[in-house]
Amino acid sequence: MWNKLFAWLDERLALNDLYKATLDRPEPKGNWWNTLGSASLFLFLLQGATGIFLSVYYTPSPDHAYDSIQYIMNGVAFGWLIRGIHHWGASVMVLVVFIHMLRVFVTASYKYPRELTWMIGVGLLLCTLGMGFTGYLLPWNQKAYWATTVGTAIAGSVPWIGSFILKALRGGPDLSALTLSRFFAAHIWVLPAVLAGLIGVHLFLIIKHGESEFPGKDE
Amino acid sequence: MAGSHHISRRDFIKITTAAVGTVIGAAIGLPAIAFLIDPALKAGKADAWMPLGKLVDFEVGKPTLATFTRSKVNGWEKSVNSYGVFVLRTSDTETLVLSNKCTHLGCHVNWNVDKQEYICPCHDAQFGINGDVLGGPPPRPLDRFSGDQVKVEDGTLLIHFLEG
Repeated sequence: MWNKLFAWLDERLALNDLYKATLDRPEPKGNWWNTLGSASLFLFLLQGATGIFLSVYYTPSPDHAYDSIQYIMNGVAFGWLIRGIHHWGASVMVLVVFIHMLRVFVTASYKYPRELTWMIGVGLLLCTLGMGFTGYLLPWNQKAYWATTVGTAIAGSVPWIGSFILKALRGGPDLSALTLSRFFAAHIWVLPAVLAGLIGVHLFLIIKHGESEFPGKDE
Repeated sequence: MAGSHHISRRDFIKITTAAVGTVIGAAIGLPAIAFLIDPALKAGKADAWMPLGKLVDFEVGKPTLATFTRSKVNGWEKSVNSYGVFVLRTSDTETLVLSNKCTHLGCHVNWNVDKQEYICPCHDAQFGINGDVLGGPPPRPLDRFSGDQVKVEDGTLLIHFLEG
């Protein structure tokens, strides 16, 4: 019964082929450094899930952002846990993505035919840092407020177009309710959508080209 | 591998991965469910005995408005609502307490001394001094606090208020 059902689905969805291509593909000799990409993907999904849960209670308005997070921490069951995972997961994700990049660099895995995988990876790193930057403002406490004041001011020091960038980031000359709501939109809609799209292409390329052999001594 | 091992290396990895995945999934998933349904698990029990004033301060035979406020906390939002009741001492020992909320659409009724009626300003509903409907759209008499919903303690009149 289950075999027939599976065969029916497999014939239409190619489940076996998908399984072989994604989870059963040939690997070069096992190495823990090769697991960092999967770790980054897991952290992305974890941040996505805990972020969705947080958005149930969080309110992106200067009047209520801080209070709503106080409520998540003290009023909601396991709110401290969900926010804690999201908070620490963010730092760990930046770290893991960065070490993943170092591994690819050191083993020269970015070379032909994987140049595009590397370039998309750079985009993923920038998006991850963007997530960290936009998410840092959302608690709307003193640290968040001043970190964003300084961060956007640095972007504003670009020659010629600096003041335009600063106003575009802040939604005006000053940090305000507009800054909070556009950082929130970037944090939960724009950047995750870009990240998810780029991750899809990144994974496709990894499956297409396979993982690179570690460079040997005898060549 | 020959010998005492009956489980292949590949199967061992599969089972271990599934087991560790289940533990991590449960450790995050179960608190996440509690996180989501938390507001539904907190019963909003908000009844209280509200003091309306000294009983002797209410004139016998004359409906007098007594007001009080109740605050309510929903998450990080606190709201304060004011309520009113008409106190009528029908005799030295008997007291009638009526809600001032019209039973039609909830506007606040006023006591009209000339007509000796409660008049609702919204749709001209009329209630008698005991709260019964004399005219207009209301479906039922004014809500009254009676029996064990009213008590007098140390000369102060209190009602058992369930809302807010």
